[in-house]
Parts: sequence; C-alpha cells; structure tokens
Amino acid sequence: MNKVVSGAQEAINDIRDGMTLMLGGFGLCGLPEKTILALAESGIKDLTCISNNAGVDDFGIGLLLRNRQVKKMISSYVGENAEFERQLLSGELEVELIPQGTLATRCMAAGYGMPAIFTPAGIGTEVAEGKEIRNFNGKDYLMEMAFDADFAIVKAWKGDTMGNLVYRSTARNFNPVMAMAGKITIAEVEELVEPGELDPDHIHTPGIYVHRIFKGENYEKRIEQRTVRRLENKMI
Amino acid sequence: MLDKEGIAKRIAKEVKDGYYVNLGIGIPTLVANYIPENIDVVLQSENGLLGMGPFPFEGEEDPDTTNAGKQTITKLPGSAVFDSAMSFGMIRAKKVNLTILGAMEVSENGDIANWKIPGKMVKGMGGAMDLVASAENIIVAMQHVNKAGESKLLPNCTLPLTGIKCVKKIVTELAVLDILPDGGFKLVERAPGVSVDDIKKATAGKLVVKGDVPEMAI
Repeated sequence: MNKVVSGAQEAINDIRDGMTLMLGGFGLCGLPEKTILALAESGIKDLTCISNNAGVDDFGIGLLLRNRQVKKMISSYVGENAEFERQLLSGELEVELIPQGTLATRCMAAGYGMPAIFTPAGIGTEVAEGKEIRNFNGKDYLMEMAFDADFAIVKAWKGDTMGNLVYRSTARNFNPVMAMAGKITIAEVEELVEPGELDPDHIHTPGIYVHRIFKGENYEKRIEQRTVRRLENKMI
Repeated sequence: MLDKEGIAKRIAKEVKDGYYVNLGIGIPTLVANYIPENIDVVLQSENGLLGMGPFPFEGEEDPDTTNAGKQTITKLPGSAVFDSAMSFGMIRAKKVNLTILGAMEVSENGDIANWKIPGKMVKGMGGAMDLVASAENIIVAMQHVNKAGESKLLPNCTLPLTGIKCVKKIVTELAVLDILPDGGFKLVERAPGVSVDDIKKATAGKLVVKGDVPEMAI
C-alpha cells in the first residue's frame, strides 16, 4: 500500500486536457501549491477547476488562469484576481458561482457515495433556477448533485506512505472533503513519514481515499491578508 | 447618528452569554471588539474554526491560521478546527445562535440582497446564502441609505436575492428595526439625535411606529 510518488510531475502525469479537478484550500490557506506549479508547467488545458476561490494573479490557481489552462471555474467567491476578471468579462472563462456550504457538501456527498444532497441555501434566489425543490417538514430544499471529479488535489501537513493524512489548523478547510471526492486523489504534504508514526486516532483522511502522495519542498505559504496587532501592545 | 463603531457597539448588546456567533465581513467584524467581557461567547469562522481570537501580534502570523476573510488570526484556548463541510453542517443544523452580516438591501418581509449588482463584476456569494437560509437569528448591520441617498430598507429588494424571509433585526446609523412576522419594519430604537421623521424619510418600505420610540443607549 505504498502510495508515494517522486513528486508533483509524476503525480499529475495522467491528467489530460478537459478533465475536472478539485483543488483544496481557502484563499491561499492550505493550497496544494506544489501540484499547481507542476500543472502550470505542464501545458494541460481546458480544465474545469472546482475550488472555493481562484487564487491571486501570481499564486495558486491564478497561475493556471494566466496560462489560459482553465476553461471553467466552479467556486463560491472569486475576484481577488485581475486576470480572472479580464477573462470572465471577455467570455474566455466560464464561471459557476455556488454557495460555499453547497460546494463543500457536494464534495462530501461524493466522498460518502451519495448522489445528491438537499440544502436550503439558494432557495428563492437565482441559484435555485432549474433545480428540483423538495419540501421537508414545511421547509423548501434544493437538490444539489454530488460532484464528479477526475482528480482531487489536496495539501496536508503530515502524511504517511500509506496515504493517511493530518492537516494543520485552518489549512484543513476543503482539503478533507475534496480528498474523499476525487476518482484519483493526489496529496502533497510538508512531512512524509513511515506507517506507524502517525497516531491512528489523529488521522483526518484515511489513506483509502488517497492514491498518490509526495513531500513538497520549500513551501511558500503566502498570506493573503496579513492582519496584526502592534507588538508594543503585547502584555509581557 | 451612529458611525460604524456605534453600529457595532449597539449590535454587541444583542450578543448573549453562551452564544456561538458568526460575524460577516465589514461592520459585523467590529462587533467582536465590543462584546462584554463578563459573557462567554465563541466566534465561528466558516472556513472551519470555533474560538476565533484577535489578530496575531506582529511576527506571530501563522499562514495556516486564517479567518473567512482570509485574514491572519489567532485561536483562543478551547478552539476547535474542522473541515468546510462540517462548518456548514453546524450552520445548517442551527447550532450557531447568532449571525451578523452586512447587506445592500433588505425588504420589509425580511428578504436580503448582499452579493450581486447586475452589470458589475460579481465576486460570489461565499457562505452568505448558506448562512441566511439556515440561521434563525440574523441581524443585519448596514447604512440606512446607499451612496446615492436611496433607502436600503425597501418594500421589495431590487437586487438579486441572497435569501428570503430571513432577516430578524436591522441596525443602521439611524435606528434599530425588527422585521415583523407579517411584514414591515418596526421601529424599536432611534440613534442619538435622530428623530422618527428622519427615519421615516430614509425608509422606503413600510415603517411601523408605535408609541414613543426610545433613543438607544450605547
């Protein structure tokens, strides 16, 4: 059950033009930055990317947008990114905006083997247009389908060679539910350890969901909004 | 008339001991600064955190610890981290007691519009549609009129909706208003120095005024 590959290039070597990818992360936090760099160098195009956000101009999915590798984005919030806006307004890029909880739960449904979910998010809005509505206990719910992604690409803090994953702090976000949802799941980790080194009680994503794992080097972990308190106000 | 800090201070009085609270971006974020110290409140950030603390001190920023506005933050003792599906699970299951968010328009039956302006670049709804569809206790923090001087409290929203029949209370620079179950903005309190007439002029939807309307204490 050794899932280790040599690096991002090997992990993505059978991703083809036109495929659908899930990419973990919330903004730039918990982003699979090494695999995205490899995709940006690969020339693979016409991708549909399911990710909560679309990166910034020179980091994250923004790199794929800059290379015109993305045909469609499925996200809940975009627009920290001038190139994204340009491609959207010129019609080069297709964008489907969906509620954040719906996005997460459509991933979860795929990972739990359920075809669809019912959520009240979007009832009475344009999100509901063309979708089936069911009433349960007097309240309306939209039927939303589980995602169907060729690959899920996630970032974890630690992983073992069997693909078991542990995330760190809010860099967890969409990564566990996307890891469960891909037909093939690629995990990049900061620390890669031998089986037995991770406490089974502390595993967030069991290795059964992970097909390829590699250790990324020199993580940049860029901060999107650096907000701080002044040091002189610190009580010692 | 209140400034943004004043609106935040007034809303903070609605936060009760034992509440789990989700604060939106903008004025709602400021509410955290005015929650009384003698009550126990846990802040939820929908990217997957309960127990959000203040910004880190300079040099202590952790790129792996951010809030739903992508800002660097800290975690308080007793915090819990979880994935995005569980985060919206607890919202949908009504475990979060109070949701405070901004709006572009609110209608007299509690509809809210806060995500899209036709003809302008649309950034997306983020978690707003999930929050307003499920939360039972929603307070809107906003200016009473827009930059063009037009009322944001309307008979019907004109902008694309975020959710329907969901807002319970609105706090603006002029007033505190409750949405009545059968429709209408009930004037509950006036901001200091603001008359009932001022509020009438700034409210396009049905305003319900009963008896003397007290001035808010902040």
